[in-house]
Amino acid sequence: MTRPADPKFPPKILLASDLAEGDVVFLGAGGWERDLLRAKIAYDAAEAAALEAAGKADVAANRVVDAYLVDVSVDAAGAPTPLHFREKFRAVGPSVRRDLGKQAWLQGAGGR
Amino acid sequence: MTAHDPALPPRPNAAPTIYAYDDHDRAFVRERVAEFRGQVERRLAGALTEDEFRPFRLMNGLYLQLHAYMLRVAIPYGSLTSRQMRQLAYVADKWDKGYGHFTTRQNLQFNWPKLVDVPDILEALADVDMHAIQTSGNCIRNVTADHFAGVAADEREDPRPTAEFLRQWSSAHAEFSFLPRKFKIAVSGAEHDRAAIKIHDIGLRIVANAAGETGYEVIVGGGLGRTPFVGKVLREFLPRADLLAFLEAVLRVYNRFGRRDNKYKARIKILVHETGLDEIRSQVEAEFAAMDRAPFAYDAQELARVVAAFAPPAYETLPARSQTLDGAMAENAAFAAFAAVNVAPHKVPGYAIVTVSLKPIGGIPGDATAAQMRALADAADTYGFGELRVSHEQNIILPHVKQDDLLALWRDLEAAGLSTGNAGLITDIISCPGLDYCALATARSIPIAQAISQRFADLERQRLIGKLGIKISGCINACGHHHVGAIGILGLEKKGVESYQITLGGDPTLDASIGELLGPGVSADEVPDVIESLVQFYLAERRDGEAFIDTWRRLGHKRFKESARREGEDGSGI
Repeated sequence: MTRPADPKFPPKILLASDLAEGDVVFLGAGGWERDLLRAKIAYDAAEAAALEAAGKADVAANRVVDAYLVDVSVDAAGAPTPLHFREKFRAVGPSVRRDLGKQAWLQGAGGR
Repeated sequence: MTAHDPALPPRPNAAPTIYAYDDHDRAFVRERVAEFRGQVERRLAGALTEDEFRPFRLMNGLYLQLHAYMLRVAIPYGSLTSRQMRQLAYVADKWDKGYGHFTTRQNLQFNWPKLVDVPDILEALADVDMHAIQTSGNCIRNVTADHFAGVAADEREDPRPTAEFLRQWSSAHAEFSFLPRKFKIAVSGAEHDRAAIKIHDIGLRIVANAAGETGYEVIVGGGLGRTPFVGKVLREFLPRADLLAFLEAVLRVYNRFGRRDNKYKARIKILVHETGLDEIRSQVEAEFAAMDRAPFAYDAQELARVVAAFAPPAYETLPARSQTLDGAMAENAAFAAFAAVNVAPHKVPGYAIVTVSLKPIGGIPGDATAAQMRALADAADTYGFGELRVSHEQNIILPHVKQDDLLALWRDLEAAGLSTGNAGLITDIISCPGLDYCALATARSIPIAQAISQRFADLERQRLIGKLGIKISGCINACGHHHVGAIGILGLEKKGVESYQITLGGDPTLDASIGELLGPGVSADEVPDVIESLVQFYLAERRDGEAFIDTWRRLGHKRFKESARREGEDGSGI
């Protein structure tokens, strides 16, 4: 679900690495998700602070490592895309090995 | 659980030419695996926080990268047995994604291990006397050496016994486990430097003094990164017997005075630069004179034992030049081209050193699949006494191949996709993993290498261009050695997009130099065009026998800079 964008506040998601596997995970409504499309999107500072606090708690609880907020754009269907190229790569996998990483897993899982 | 590949017969003594672990080494590695297994269990159980765990995992070569953990396996001075190579293939298949990445420090990286599996991976490595200890952290890292060690025609002395001494001295050295920053040592024993000793924290060159005694030229304070320096001569001649004590003195001075307030100024190169070579020299010599040198005393018997471990294999007595080889080269042009480029002179008549390029056209520099690793191990067993080397140029070396066997070897390599005849040429590109894998990277480097490789795919044209080292780093840490590339490329972020700075005139050899900036960064798409314009200018201007770097030195940077502006298809960004 998308919401009107606040031009002064880029929407954000929370990204981290899974502790046991190292895989990139996104905080969703029901916990940590491997699919970017299931990431919970913060549309204002309060929501972003809540995401960040949840991430901090899960880092402290040793569920994930290195959680941080990522600016995203949100399309009409409500799908987030990281604004920075670094996190764009993190969200899909190595650009030089399309057969590996999240992009391969997503294809195996039936795509988006 | 057994970590051995059950499909393969045991090869306990595959390569008699490599130093074999003794019981002490084996016990140490096994103890470390058990210790790390416990640390991983406590981490997964939540008994250790990431801040507490990070130093432990780094001490065991385990990083957390962009997409997964990454395990860096040490390959001491780049020497591998066929059995070890097979075990790396086994690890790649069983716990990773079927491939590995050979690095500029003669190591191997697995890009996809799960934390839960790492203790088992380390156990499997220990089965073949391998580990990942000291491949990260602020300690003395894996000691590197000339990849032609022991076989090079221009060699004064095999650098591996020295490197092995340093491995033993530096492994778990309690005083030097928490240095201000990491510390890298390289050793060369040949006339030509293939180990890039002048860009290491310490570079050792085996030399002779006026009396003909063998010792070391000690070079200190070289390094790349954000502040590159060519190393400076600390001692012109260090007697062999003083090696360990002298290096202990150097490290003590560095450990005491190296900066810990700023990680970007913590390497010994900065200490040497800020303090001055003369002052550092007097501090080292004072420490050397005052210290208790007894623990580091020279032991001729031990040296003889280690040297014997690197004894040459059972070479046959052969003519200097193989008629079989000459005939094969006359009949098969593709093989002849490979042999002319990827085969180097061997010190033993009738033998050759073969560089197996891990730079197929359009491929990922340094990557090898598990199947290719096994093919390399088979080739080493069939043609090369079961021994392989990893070069800092991210290629594999077969150091003892009979000239008579070169054609058969080439055919086997061809079947495995490993016969690219581009060693030392423009597509033999050094590249770090960059932003496709590395958490520190600011831009991608592999796609740039691939685009250049595809632009210059024609091997005949590559041979016409001749020796030309292109080196690419995806950030200022310079793992891709861009500062010392005849053409260096540095990937950065500029206004939210990837941007590439190009440098010219870098050189990693004894004539070491740091490249000079061509101009402002260009986009990824523009890089091949800029390289093309530089190469065309070089080809138009070069004199007989000149490599790219020679022409650049003769004409000067300004001429090349002007040519890039004039010749580029779109020189606007240059």
